[in-house]
Amino acid sequence: MEDLVRIVPFIPMVPLLTFAIIAIFVRRHHKLSGYLTVAAIFIAWLLSMVIVLGAVANMPHFAEEPAVHLTLLRIPTGATTLDIGVQIDPLTVALLFMVPTVCLMIFIYSVGYMEGDPRYSRFFAYVCLFSTGMLGLVVADNLLLLFICWEVMGLCSYLLIGFWFEKPSAMWAGLKAFITTRIGDVLLLLGMVLLYTQTGALRFETVFDGVERIAETNPNLMFVIALLVFGGAVGKSAQFPLHVWLPDAMEGPTPVSALIHAATMVAAGVFLVARMLPIFVVLPAMPALAWVAAIGAITAFFASTIAVAQDDIKRVLAYSTISQLGYMIMALGLGGFVAAVFHLITHAFFKALLFLGSGSVIHGVGTNDMMEMGGLRKKMPYTFWTFLIGMLALAGVPPLAGFWSKDEILAVAFEQNMLVWVIGTLAAFITAFYMTRQVCLTFVGQPRKKEIHAHESPRLMYVPLIVLAIGAALLGLLGVPADFPVLGPLLGNNPFHRFLAAQFHQWHYVQLPHVSFNASVMVISIVMAGCGIGLGYLLYGRKPLEAGQRDPLERLGIIWTVLRNKYYIDEIYRGTVIRGTIALATLLFRFDLGIIDAVVNLVGKLTERWSYVSRLFDTYVIDGIVNGVGRVTSAVGQELRYIQTGRVQNYMVIVVISVVLLMGVFLYM
Amino acid sequence: MEGFPILTIITFTPLLGALVILALPRDNERTIKLFAILLSLIPLVLAIVVWFNYDFQAGTIQFAEEYQWIPTLSIKYRMGVDGISVPMVFLTALLTVVSLYYSSHVIKVRVKEYFFFFLLLEMGMMGVFTSLDFFLFYVFWEIGLVPMYFLIGVWGGERREYAAIKFFLYTLTGSVLMLLAILAMFFTEGTFDIIEMASRQPFSDSFVLQALAFWGIFIAFAIKVPLFPFHTWLPDAHVEAPTAGSVILAGVLLKLGCYGFLRILLPIFPQAFQVYAPIVALLAVISIVYGALVSMAQWDLKKLIAYSSVSHMGYVILGVAAAASAGAKMASDPALLDSATIAVNGAVMQMFNHGIITGGLFLLVGVIYERTHTRDLKAFGGLGTKVPIYYAVMLTTVLASLGLPGLAGFVAEFMVFRGAIAIIPVMTAIAGIGVVVTAAFFLWKVIQGMFLGPLNEKWANLPDMERYEVLCMVPLIFFMALFGLYPVPIINIMNNTVHSMLHTLSLMIGG
Repeated sequence: MEDLVRIVPFIPMVPLLTFAIIAIFVRRHHKLSGYLTVAAIFIAWLLSMVIVLGAVANMPHFAEEPAVHLTLLRIPTGATTLDIGVQIDPLTVALLFMVPTVCLMIFIYSVGYMEGDPRYSRFFAYVCLFSTGMLGLVVADNLLLLFICWEVMGLCSYLLIGFWFEKPSAMWAGLKAFITTRIGDVLLLLGMVLLYTQTGALRFETVFDGVERIAETNPNLMFVIALLVFGGAVGKSAQFPLHVWLPDAMEGPTPVSALIHAATMVAAGVFLVARMLPIFVVLPAMPALAWVAAIGAITAFFASTIAVAQDDIKRVLAYSTISQLGYMIMALGLGGFVAAVFHLITHAFFKALLFLGSGSVIHGVGTNDMMEMGGLRKKMPYTFWTFLIGMLALAGVPPLAGFWSKDEILAVAFEQNMLVWVIGTLAAFITAFYMTRQVCLTFVGQPRKKEIHAHESPRLMYVPLIVLAIGAALLGLLGVPADFPVLGPLLGNNPFHRFLAAQFHQWHYVQLPHVSFNASVMVISIVMAGCGIGLGYLLYGRKPLEAGQRDPLERLGIIWTVLRNKYYIDEIYRGTVIRGTIALATLLFRFDLGIIDAVVNLVGKLTERWSYVSRLFDTYVIDGIVNGVGRVTSAVGQELRYIQTGRVQNYMVIVVISVVLLMGVFLYM
Repeated sequence: MEGFPILTIITFTPLLGALVILALPRDNERTIKLFAILLSLIPLVLAIVVWFNYDFQAGTIQFAEEYQWIPTLSIKYRMGVDGISVPMVFLTALLTVVSLYYSSHVIKVRVKEYFFFFLLLEMGMMGVFTSLDFFLFYVFWEIGLVPMYFLIGVWGGERREYAAIKFFLYTLTGSVLMLLAILAMFFTEGTFDIIEMASRQPFSDSFVLQALAFWGIFIAFAIKVPLFPFHTWLPDAHVEAPTAGSVILAGVLLKLGCYGFLRILLPIFPQAFQVYAPIVALLAVISIVYGALVSMAQWDLKKLIAYSSVSHMGYVILGVAAAASAGAKMASDPALLDSATIAVNGAVMQMFNHGIITGGLFLLVGVIYERTHTRDLKAFGGLGTKVPIYYAVMLTTVLASLGLPGLAGFVAEFMVFRGAIAIIPVMTAIAGIGVVVTAAFFLWKVIQGMFLGPLNEKWANLPDMERYEVLCMVPLIFFMALFGLYPVPIINIMNNTVHSMLHTLSLMIGG
C-alpha cells in the first residue's frame, strides 16, 4: 500500500499537465488536443485501476488503518505546519473506479460530439482541468486540497456552461451557476476554517479524532460547523434551496452536462458529506444529520415533480439529477453511508448514459424540445436501446443498477424514518413516470416536426453509450444485499458493502445503522416503478402525441402551471435576493458619494479657508516663536523642506502650529 | 554580504537614476526610457538577492545598517529588513520595473519629468520598507507623496487636479497626526529607533496618551490603506491616475499603510491595539463588505477595481486586528498564537498578492483604455472572440482577485479567515459576504460585461494585446500561479518573523 500511494498524485497531475500543454502549445491543433485529452484520461484511468485492484487485494489493510497517506506539502503556520497530501481509503477507491471510467467514456464521446466547433481545443483544455479537479478531490487527504479542487471544478463548470458565450442565455447560466455555488462554498470555507481552528488540522483523520472533543465541550458550535460544511454540499449538489443553477447549466455542451452536471461534479457535494460523515454523527442527538435527511428528502421529491412538466430533454434530466442527488443526501442523513455511495456510483453511470443519449438525440435532430421530436426509435437504434436501459435503470427496474442502489436507500429509510421512506417511494413513482414520458415523447410515434431529419450518431459517440449501458445494467450486482435469496451469496455477499464498511470503523462514535434485506420494501418499490411506467405508457405511449397536440397533463390546471414554472423559485430569488443586493449596492454607492465624500470635501473647503486666515497669523506671530524654538524645530523644518513644494505649502503651516502646541504641552508637564 | 550596504543601494539607486535623468537631454526620449528601465532592474536584482540571502529561520532584522545622522536628537540612519519587509521590497522593485516598462510604451508627453518622478517615487516607497528609524521612516513616507501627486496631477485624466490635491491633502492630514505621535514618543522615550521603541512600550503608564498616539498613527495608516471611512480619495485618485500610476498606487502605496500597521502600530502599541481591536476589526469588515457592494454599483471599470481594493485591503486589517485582539492571551496559549500568526501571515501575503493582482488589473484597464478610450462597462460586450489573449489574461487575473483556489489570492484569504475566525469569529463570518459579492461583480460586470455575449460591432477591429503588454503581465501571472499552487516560499520568509513578533508582544503586555 505504501508503494501504491506514491502513484496517486500522478492521477490528477497527468490531466493538469495536459491542460497546460493544450492551453499553451496546441491551441491551434484541434484534433491533437482532443487526442491528448483522451490519452491523458486514459493514463489516469490506468493508474486508477492499478490502485483499485491493489486496494481490493489489500482489503484487510483498511481494517487496521483507515487510510494510507502521502504528504506532499508542508505549509508553515506559526510553530506548526499544515500538511497537504493524498490518501487511499475505501471511499477514495470506490470513486477512483467510477470517476476515470465515466470521464474516459465522455471524453471519447466528446471527440465526436464537438467535431467542427471553432473552440474545439479550448473545450478539451477545460475538461482536462475539470478532471484534474475531480480526481484531486477524490484523492485529497485533507479538507483544504478538497476545497481547492472543488473550486477548480466550479470554475470549469462556469467556463463550460458559458462555453458558447455569444449566447446570452449561456453566459447568464454560467454566472448563475458560479454565484449560487459560491454561496455554498463560502459556508464550506467557514466550516472548514472553524474545524481547522478547533481541531488544529485539516487532515480528515485528525479532524475526526478532534470533533469528539468539540461535541462534548461545545455542541452548538459542532452543530453550526456541520451545517456550514453541509452548506457547501447543498450548493454543489444543487439541493434545495440552492438548486436553481443546475437546470440552467444545461446551456453547456451536452458532454459537459453529462460529465459535470450529472455524473461527477454535482456528486462532489454528496461525496463531501459522505467523506465528512463523522462530523455529522458525532452529536448524540444527530440534529445536523436530521437537517441533511430533511433537505435530501425535500429535494428528491420536489425536483422530481418539476421534471414531470418540462419539455426540454436535458432539463428533464437535470431535474432528475437534482432529485437523485437528493436521494443520496437523504440516505446520508439517515446514516446510510454505503447506500449513498452505491447510488452515487450507479447513478453516475446511468445518468451519464442518459445525458450522452440525449446529446446523441440533439446531435441527430438539432433541437432540445421533446415536443418536436418523436419516432426516433427506428432512426437512432443504438441511441434508443441504450437510452432505454438508462431509463429503466433510473426508474428502478430490476435487475438494473439503479434498482439495487435505490432500493438500498429506501430500505435504510424504511428502518430509520417512515416519513422519509414515504417521500422517497413517492419520488420513485414520479421518477418512473417522467422517464417513461420522456422516452415516449422522444422515441415513440411519428416526428412532430416535419423539417427534422434524424440520423444515428457516429460510432465514436455510440460506442461509449454501449459501454455505459453495460455499466448501468450490471454494476448493481456488486451491491446485491448479502441476505437476498440465492443471488446474494452467489454474487459474493455484497462485496461493495464489505469493502466500504471499513471506512469509519476507527471512530467508535460513528455508529451507522446496519440494514438487512427487506422483501416488502423491495416489492413496494418494484410496484411503484411499475405503476409509474404504466401510467406514463397510458398517457404518452399507447397513443403517441400528434403534432400540435397538447400535453395531457395540462389538464391538471394550476398544478401544471406551478410545476412548469418550477414553483416560481427563480422569480422569487430575482425579486428578493438579487434585486435587494443590487439596490443595496446602489444605495451604498450614493451614501459613499453623498455623505462620506461630501464630508471630506467640506472639511477640505473649511481647511482652505482656515489656512488662509492662519497665514496672516503665521506671518506676524508664529514666525517669531518658531525662530526661537531651536533645534527641534530645525530638525522638523529640515524634513518639511521636502514637502514644501508648490501650492500645498500653506497646509504645512498646520504642522508647524501643531508641533509648537505639542511642545508647549510637554514643557508644562 | 557582511557590511555591504545592500538596502541603501536598493533605496538610493532610484534617486541616483532620477538625478541622472535630470541631466539627460530632454529630446532623447529613447535614452531616458531605456536608462530608467535598466536602472530599475538594479533594485529588482538586489531585492532578489536579499530574498534568497535572508535567513528566514532566524526571522530577525537582517542586512542592518546604522550610521549617526543627527546625534543631538539621537536620529540615526537605521536600515534593516525582516520577513515582513522582504516581500514588500521585492514587490516594490518588481512593480516598478513593470510600470516603467509599460510606461515607456505609452507615455508620450513630458517623458523626462515622468521618469524622474517615477524613480523618485520608488526611492520613497523602498525607504519606507527598509528604514527602522522613525525620522527616516517619516521622511520617506512623505517623499513618496510628492511624485505621486505630480504623476496624477500632470499625466492624469480630466479631473486630475482635484484628484491629486485630494490625494495629497488626505494623506498629509494623516501624516501630520503621525508626526505628532512620533514626536510625542520621542519626547518621552528619547529615541527614534522603531525597534527600540517597541521594546520600551511608550506611555505604558498613561493609557490616555497611549490611546491618543495610537489613534493618531492609526488614522495616518488607515487613510493610506484605505480603511472605511477614509477611503474616498482612492477611487478619485485611481480614476485620474495614469495607468502605471494606478499600478503603483494600488500595488505599493496602499501597502505602506498596511506595513505601518504591522511595523509600528502592532508592536509599539499592543495594549491600546488590543483594547481597540474590535473597532478596527469592525472597520475592516465594513471595508470588506461595503467595498465589495459599492464596487458592484460601478460601471466605470477603474472605479470598480478601486473599490474592490478597499474590500481586499480589509482582509489585511482584519488579520492584523485579529492578532491584536489575541494580545496577552497568546503568551499562554500556543494554539492561539498560531492562529494569530496565521492571520498575520495571511495579511502579509494578501499585501503581496493584492499588489500583483490589482496591479495587473489596473494594467489591463490601461490596455483596453489605450485602444477604446472608454472604461464604461456598458460600452463593451462580446470581446472574448475578438481578443482571446486579453480575455484569457483578464480572466486569470480576475479569478485570482476573487480568490479562486489555485491562484494566490485564495491562499491569503484562507489564512486570514483561518486565523481570524479563531479569535473574532462573528466578524470573520460576516466578512464571508464579501467573498460572494466580489465573485458576483467581477464575473458579472467585468467578465460578462466586456467579453461575453454578442459582439458589440463598434469593436469589430479591436487589436489583441501587444507583445509588450503581454510581457508586463507575464511576471504578475507567474507569481499568481506560483504562490497559488506553492505558497511555501513566501510563507516561509515571513512565518518566523511574525511568530516571534507576536510572541514578544504577547509577553510584553502580559508581563
